[in-house]
Amino acid sequence: MITKDEVEHVGWLARIEIDDAEAEDYAVKLSSVLDYFGQLDEVDTDGVEPTYHVADIMNVFREDVVTPSLDQKDVLTNTAEEKDGYIKAPRII
Amino acid sequence: MVYENPDGVMVGLEVHVQLNNLNTKMFCGCSTQYHDAEPNTHVCPVCMGLPGALPVINKRAVESAIKIGMALNCEVVEQTQFHRKNYYYPDLPKGFQTTQYDFPIVGNGKVVIEGEDGEHVVRITRAHMEEDPGKLIHMGSIEKSKGTLIDYNRSGMALIEIVSEPDMRSPKEARRYLDKLRNILDYLDVFNGDLEGSMRVDANVSVMGGQRAEVKNISSHKGAERAILYEIMRQKNLLRRGGEVVMETRHFDEARGVTISMRTKEGEHDYRYFPEPDLVPMRVSDWAPAIREELPELPDAKRARLISEYDITEMHAKALTSDIRVADFYEVVAAAIDPRVAGTWVADVLKGELNYRDLSVDSFTTDDIIEIIKLVGEDKVTEQSAVDVIRTILDNGGTPMEVVTEKGLLKVKGDVVTEAVSETIAENEAAVQDYLGGAEKSLNFLVGQVMKKTKGRADARQARELLVEALKD
Ligand SMILES: [Zn+2]
Repeated sequence: MITKDEVEHVGWLARIEIDDAEAEDYAVKLSSVLDYFGQLDEVDTDGVEPTYHVADIMNVFREDVVTPSLDQKDVLTNTAEEKDGYIKAPRII
Repeated sequence: MVYENPDGVMVGLEVHVQLNNLNTKMFCGCSTQYHDAEPNTHVCPVCMGLPGALPVINKRAVESAIKIGMALNCEVVEQTQFHRKNYYYPDLPKGFQTTQYDFPIVGNGKVVIEGEDGEHVVRITRAHMEEDPGKLIHMGSIEKSKGTLIDYNRSGMALIEIVSEPDMRSPKEARRYLDKLRNILDYLDVFNGDLEGSMRVDANVSVMGGQRAEVKNISSHKGAERAILYEIMRQKNLLRRGGEVVMETRHFDEARGVTISMRTKEGEHDYRYFPEPDLVPMRVSDWAPAIREELPELPDAKRARLISEYDITEMHAKALTSDIRVADFYEVVAAAIDPRVAGTWVADVLKGELNYRDLSVDSFTTDDIIEIIKLVGEDKVTEQSAVDVIRTILDNGGTPMEVVTEKGLLKVKGDVVTEAVSETIAENEAAVQDYLGGAEKSLNFLVGQVMKKTKGRADARQARELLVEALKD
């Protein structure tokens, strides 16, 4: 069972504000998701190689060749605030 | 003599090496040449983490990682892959850092350093690949900042993080380890260590009776030594007063030379590492033989070869190989003149003068030093004058002959010295009497007078011999 504290902590990790009522609601819902996934633990995986990637391919590389970057003005299109070509964010501690 | 390590100091280092010699970043084709560029001009959808962007691994970055691993005597792992390390901070626009977790590309290595009590082995736990975050600039001081400016040009640069075991027992050993690491990386030519931020260090420090603190934000070798020294003192003082040293992350304030506790609510499991679904696993251990073939001669091997090939001292060989550029420089000089004489001039004299001026060996040419050493060998200038020529070229430029001519450094002929000796004896009766009466010191004074008369161009040893000879009767 996921606790309200855990929900708040996960919310903080994602920098999402969660109020008390929401936290209680999410605790129940997240618990049921985890329980659902918990069924996977019941599968016998003895002697089965772990899967690290669902695509059964290896070694995809590119050569070390420069391709054009974006224009600065395009980079800054989505930012709320900018200053001298920088993206401006609120004060960070 | 065995180093006792009375405080049980244990230091382990995590060194981030930026592969800035690559043409492109770790996962995209953006150029790595951003150091003098406008902010946010070397970014693309991949390094900005825009939706739908697909990263692809730079093959040469992987080769560099294997190369570094081999130089650190590591094993190359059979299969390796990337993970996402999730954290929410504006230096990475994606909300996670692409890094390696339980399958680092290389591990189980070692580096031999000059320890407190002779050769000392520092074990290398692992080295893994990851991407560099962007650069944050706080407007105003960190406490009273009005906002943060972000430049993502650095974001996505290939980093190799080299993690050591806590095998260093003092700040000095940590410094030596960093110097050795830099030395090896320079030999490998995988990065330009002179660029800002090319080698960044986190230090795990503990003393007997306490837990370890991780000190972050160390940007120089000297800074590392200072940060660790401070941290050891802080922990010892805390324990002495009956306090407890807790496991925590601390920030090194370079300007003040102190470490400050960074309260963080994130624990290791909060990073929620999981395999990066956008990148497929790698099996690259079969690249190893070809890469090993290309591996250059490394510092320890070069040192041994210089000693056996040129018959120079261990000390000179160490000094020469501590910088590959100096070693290469030396070998050019040693091909032209007596290698042992060359050893003294390059390792002792030239390197000393360069260090004093904080210059690299690129500031001097092999042709010039060969010419200068030849002038001494042919008895045309004194050793002292030769040093003067080196200094003058470093400070003001010019060629050796120009400096020699301009300063009138060509050695004066023997008869001029003989004349100066006679004059000196005639003009300094008191000193002569003192010397004849047994005051050896007076001879130094007389030699000084001869040198003064010849404006330093006489050979001091010759002047002394002539004086002694003249005063025998
Ligand atoms: Zn990019």
